[in-house]
Amino acid sequence: MVNKQGQTRLSRYYEHVELHKRTLLEAEVIKNCLSRSKYQCSFIEYKDFKLVYRQYAALFIVVGINETENEMAVYELIHNFVEVLDKYFSRVSELDIMFNLDRVHIILDEMVLNGCIVETNRSRILAPLLVLDKMAET
Amino acid sequence: MPAVSKGDGMRGLAVFISDIRNCKSKEAEIKRINKELANIRSKFKGDKALDGYSKKKYVCKLLFIFLLGHDIDFGHMEAVNLLSSNRYTEKQIGYLFISVLVNSNSELIRLINNAIKNDLASRNPIFMGLALHCIANVGSREMAEAFAGEIPKILVAGDTMDSVKQSAALCLLRLYRTSPDLVPMGDWTSRVVHLLNDQHLGVVTAATSLITTLAQKNPEEFKTSVSLAVSRLSRIVTSASTDLQDYTYYFVPAPWLSVKLLRLLQCYPPPEDPAVRGRLTECLETILNKAQEPPKSKKVQHSNAKNAVLFEAISLIIHHDSEPNLLVRACNQLGQFLQHRETNLRYLALESMCTLASSEFSHEAVKTHIETVINALKTERDVSVRQRAVDLLYAMCDRSNAQQIVAEMLNYLETADYSIREEIVLKVAILAEKYAVDYTWYVDTILNLIRIAGDYVSEEVWYRVIQIVINRDDVQGYAAKTVFEALQAPACHENLVKVGGYILGEFGNLIAGDPRSSPLIQFNLLHSKFHLCSVPTRALLLSTYIKFVNLFPEIKTTIQDVLRSDSQLKNADVELQQRAVEYLRLSTIASTDILATVLEEMPPFPERESSILAKLKKKKGPSTVTDLEEIKKERSSDMNGSAEPTPVNASNVSTPSPSADLLGLGAVPLTNSAPAPSSSGSLLVDVFSDSSSVAAPLAPGSEDNFASSSDLASSEVVSEEPADAVHDADELIHKFICKNNGVLFENQLLQIGLKSEFRQNLGRMFIFYGNKTSTQFLNFTPTVICSDELQSSLNLQTKPVDPIVDGGAQVQQVVNIECISDFMDAPILNIQFRYGGTLQNLSVKLPITLNKFFQPTEMSSQDFFQRWKQLSSPKQEVQNIFKAKHPMDTEITKAKIIGFGSALLEEVDPNPANFVGAGIIHTKTIQIGCLLRLEPNLQAQCSVLFQMYRLTLRTSKEAVSQRLCELLSEQF
Repeated sequence: MVNKQGQTRLSRYYEHVELHKRTLLEAEVIKNCLSRSKYQCSFIEYKDFKLVYRQYAALFIVVGINETENEMAVYELIHNFVEVLDKYFSRVSELDIMFNLDRVHIILDEMVLNGCIVETNRSRILAPLLVLDKMAET
Repeated sequence: MPAVSKGDGMRGLAVFISDIRNCKSKEAEIKRINKELANIRSKFKGDKALDGYSKKKYVCKLLFIFLLGHDIDFGHMEAVNLLSSNRYTEKQIGYLFISVLVNSNSELIRLINNAIKNDLASRNPIFMGLALHCIANVGSREMAEAFAGEIPKILVAGDTMDSVKQSAALCLLRLYRTSPDLVPMGDWTSRVVHLLNDQHLGVVTAATSLITTLAQKNPEEFKTSVSLAVSRLSRIVTSASTDLQDYTYYFVPAPWLSVKLLRLLQCYPPPEDPAVRGRLTECLETILNKAQEPPKSKKVQHSNAKNAVLFEAISLIIHHDSEPNLLVRACNQLGQFLQHRETNLRYLALESMCTLASSEFSHEAVKTHIETVINALKTERDVSVRQRAVDLLYAMCDRSNAQQIVAEMLNYLETADYSIREEIVLKVAILAEKYAVDYTWYVDTILNLIRIAGDYVSEEVWYRVIQIVINRDDVQGYAAKTVFEALQAPACHENLVKVGGYILGEFGNLIAGDPRSSPLIQFNLLHSKFHLCSVPTRALLLSTYIKFVNLFPEIKTTIQDVLRSDSQLKNADVELQQRAVEYLRLSTIASTDILATVLEEMPPFPERESSILAKLKKKKGPSTVTDLEEIKKERSSDMNGSAEPTPVNASNVSTPSPSADLLGLGAVPLTNSAPAPSSSGSLLVDVFSDSSSVAAPLAPGSEDNFASSSDLASSEVVSEEPADAVHDADELIHKFICKNNGVLFENQLLQIGLKSEFRQNLGRMFIFYGNKTSTQFLNFTPTVICSDELQSSLNLQTKPVDPIVDGGAQVQQVVNIECISDFMDAPILNIQFRYGGTLQNLSVKLPITLNKFFQPTEMSSQDFFQRWKQLSSPKQEVQNIFKAKHPMDTEITKAKIIGFGSALLEEVDPNPANFVGAGIIHTKTIQIGCLLRLEPNLQAQCSVLFQMYRLTLRTSKEAVSQRLCELLSEQF
């Protein structure tokens, strides 16, 4: 997740990438996304993988995939993720994501593990988090 | 909803993040971060035990700092401590920190493993879930060692909670990917397959990912998954949209699971069981039908999810490539998408159609969309979509539409985006060659390419046009005329000057009869470009000039004047100066006959895979250039007929005179011994080399596409090989008995190519080691080993090579060979290197065999039989009767005998069906005369199985007769 200023708000790697390469990679990826117009498709070939991206207000969500994935399915998975965030944070904003990084991570981990889909059903994704919140309250 | 508004609870975190956001500069941000890091460090180091809440707060801060790209070198211990907390919140944050920040710090992994072990045993599903997530995210080898046995049990146990099963499936997948050797197949495999029947769709989704990966590696064990996947899919696609409640997404039932199931089915061929097959066809038809139904929702999410499934179904249909009806329906569906207003759909449709074009069932159907695709090329506003359109045009091209497609691509090239020009150029060049009915069209197309996009025409392209013109004499005159005309343009691209220079140097005489292109005019035209060109092109033009001296004696003095001018003779560039000096000298002292020999027209190039195709493959990865075999076939029949390599410029090999080499046109490897060491001298190297040795370092900027293949290599193919396992023993050698160049050995990692030359008892072999992966080879050490026995008869000298071979790069090693006396064995080439973490060790025999030191001897029938009789003692003759391995073909047999090294003596044997040869083996100590006779048994020629040969060798030395007979017997 990167905003229009190119600041990374969330990053998750399912293959090991050196830290210094991450910053570079993220910068390049967002540059690629920002340079695109609304007439262009949501898929970019980048090095030996493909980027699937979606823009929500000032926030881009970009997923790097290889040829074994279905672009359209990933594209729609991004939206599902955003809907889950929206449900949990009730109208999610960039700030929610920054200030609740741990929770966003939990949500993502419940949906995608090691690059594969675990769960797509919203209430089941949020179940562990709700347990967590209940415990925090007590 | 829980109260999670910002600042809640963790005020410190909120303050810190706000501070960072308010930083005006990078420096200020770094300063603030360092301050915070120092603060956290002191808190961690402090005496006061931190409560769970503070630890959590600090870990969150560290996560945020890490996200900003700063390395975190502490806090790991604290995170590990959190793992053993009994509070979910603390445990959770500990695991989060570790999954995000830890890779494989072995010290910590042991502690982490302990905590994981406890949580797995806790039977608390939430804790188990956290532990499994951690394994799935970190997935180090130590973890695999610790848990690979445990996780399958959790996965298939009857009492495991659904959510834990989901995590366990993906956890196992991770371990299988990192350490397949540690995940033993067993009873659990069949039970895993049955998870496809699980009533919980979340479990099925996770299990399908796992099974797909396992099935790719072990298709037999997981075969039963096919029918289960089909029935599951069928239940999903035929369900009413409300049936699957939680897993229906905008009225589409379980779209992601459907995609996964369809993907799993792509690991297998179409089901054999007619019932299963019928059911699957029904599913696929239903999916195609649904695409035509009115949408159940106007929301874009609905159509996106539906189309994701549709595209995956089409992939499966293409993968099976067996149901013409489905293929055509898929094509029509994609055809509709080509005109859809959603750019994403147009893009995906073009991409998908590209694979559909290669199926014989749908190729014609795809072709009907040609106008739409051409239109896309012209009107699409998105370069990636236009790129897909180019790919599709390339894929749908055949003889019937080649002219139209090539013309459209050339058209598009004029305005094409810079980023894809080079690729289009390669594609046009390949199509023009592949579908050239008329080679004048080919020449025109390539010259147009150079005119339109000269900068993007890589060397391979112009090498290739020259290669083709030289090999086809029907197009030479036309080519000369066309380049001559193209050169008239006031500004023409340097690549055109190169092609023009080369072609006029060879075939300028064909148009010299026309007063408008008289020798002098040709020369002046080329020379008018000379000063605008780079050094390599000028070097090439100088070679053209010396060729003109031979072709057109009438302008010799003009050319000599040019060569003699200070700007040439005293050129600061040593290569140009040397050429000028030597060519001038050559033109002055050599007789017309010598000139005519040295500067003779280039012999035809041996046929091999187009270097352009190799280049395109390199750019795009092998999968996109599927029709290679077909091209090869077409070309070897279309072009110069002979599949046998033509000996290249024999005069160069036998007399490596400086002048011959200087032309840079002959047998390339010997340039080292000649005084011209130049890069320009080897301008045409690539044309000669196999595509393999073109491999060379990847062009900078071209991204190597080897990642997937190297993954493959590291996971299964590359086991450590014991050094004594010599690859296929003599198999490899036999390939090289009658030829000197080619690929000696190839596996997933490494390709070894050879070029060699022999003259009398000396030889030189160039070994090319190509790194096929994208990873460096370290400690790369090739060693040539001769047995003790061999050492006394064969003297080999090698230079060490650079121990590091970069990914995609090629290094070369020279072996100088001296044959002291006759020998039996072949030397062994041992190669050791480190790839990834493992030491690779392999040995192959080097094809340095006795017959390489043959000098052919011509003799009359009378002489032959006189000597034949002299060598008639039983010790001198060795005979072998053997079955033919290949169909008997006189021309091929002749070529092989010549390739073997002896002279082929025609009209010597009274029986014209027999072949006889003669030659002398040169060694430093003795020379051994050899006679050979090969008699095909034509009577027995009733079936391939019974075709027999009798081969007789007579030499003055028994061992030599024996060895040569062995070597040659393998060839027929």
